[in-house]
Amino acid sequence: MATVTQDQALFDYLLRLGDDALVLGQRQSEWTGACPTVEVDLSLANMALDLIGQATHFLDAAGNVEGQGRDGDRLAFHRDVLDYRNCLLVEQPNGDFARTMARQFLFSTWQKMLFDALTASKDELIAAVAAKAVKEVTYHQELAQEWVIRLGDGTDESHKRMQHGFDWLWRFVPELFEMDAVATAMAERGIGADVAAFRDAYDRAVRAVIEEATLTVPQDQRPILGGRRGHHGEHLGHLLATMQFLPRAYPDATW
Amino acid sequence: MSKDWPLWEVFVRSKGGLSHRHVGSVHAPDAEIALRHARDTYTRRMEGVSLWVVPSASIIASDPSDDGAMFEPAEDKIYRHPTFYNIPDDVKHI
Repeated sequence: MATVTQDQALFDYLLRLGDDALVLGQRQSEWTGACPTVEVDLSLANMALDLIGQATHFLDAAGNVEGQGRDGDRLAFHRDVLDYRNCLLVEQPNGDFARTMARQFLFSTWQKMLFDALTASKDELIAAVAAKAVKEVTYHQELAQEWVIRLGDGTDESHKRMQHGFDWLWRFVPELFEMDAVATAMAERGIGADVAAFRDAYDRAVRAVIEEATLTVPQDQRPILGGRRGHHGEHLGHLLATMQFLPRAYPDATW
Repeated sequence: MSKDWPLWEVFVRSKGGLSHRHVGSVHAPDAEIALRHARDTYTRRMEGVSLWVVPSASIIASDPSDDGAMFEPAEDKIYRHPTFYNIPDDVKHI
C-alpha cells in the first residue's frame, strides 16, 4: 500500500513539472506569427519549443510511473482540465507583450532555481532532465529579464504596461512556493525540491530586477491557489480545447 | 516597430579555429538584445560557437558604381594567383 501511495506522489509530481512546461509552452506558441517583430517571434517560439521538450520528458516519465500504458502525448492530449496539475501562473492569458514577459520572468526565475535544486534529485531521470533544461531556462530567465528592464525603464507607455503586467500576475506567485503533501513527500525522499528553501532568494532576485526596471514591487495580494489540485481558472479549458482538438478529433493522425 | 530599431549585422563562428562569417542581419533596440536576437534567429540548429553583432551603420561599404576602378584592374594580373605551383596530393585545404 505504501508503495502505491509513493508512486502516486511521484506521478503527481512529474505531472506538475510537465504540465507547468507544457501549458506555458502552449501559451508562448500563441505568439507565433503575432509578435511585434520576426526576431521576437523566433525568441518566443524557441522558448515554447524548449518548454514543450521539457514537458515531453516529464510526462513520458509520469506515464511510466503510472504504468497504465499512457505516454506523454496521451497525457498531454487526452487529459481533461481537472486532471492538469500546472500552477495557475502559466495558464494566465498572454495579455500584451509586457504581461507575457512579466509572466515569463516570474516563472523562469522560479523554474531556474527549481531545476538547479532538482539536478541533485535522487530520481535519475528528473536529475538528468533538470541538468539539461537548466541551461534553456537560464536563457529564458535572462531574456525575460532584459525585456522587463527595457520596457519598465522605457517609454511612459511601456512602463505603464510592464507595471500592469506585474500587478496582474502577482497573486499567482505564492502558489509556486506551496509545499503541500505531494511536494513535502517528494522533498523528504530527496526526489523533489524544497521550494520554500529558495523563497527568499527568489524574492530578492525578482525585487532587484523590478527595481532596476524603475517599477514598483506590487503589494502582496490574497494568493490564488489550487492549480496543483486541479482547480484551474476558466482560461485553461480554452487553452486545452485549442491544443487538444486535433488529436481528439483525429485520433490516428500522424505528422 | 521593427523599422524603428537599428539594424545589426550578424557573424557566426561555426567552430573553433574558423573565422566568423557573415550570415545576415537582425533588428534590435540595442547591442545586448541584438546578440540575443542573433542567437535566436541564426544559431537554432547548432550553427555556431561564437557570435558577433555589429551595427550595420558602422560598416563602410564600397560603392557599386566604383566597380571599374576598384576591381577591374585586378582582372589581368593573373600572375598574382599562386597557380604556377604543383600542389601535393596530400594537401587538401588550399
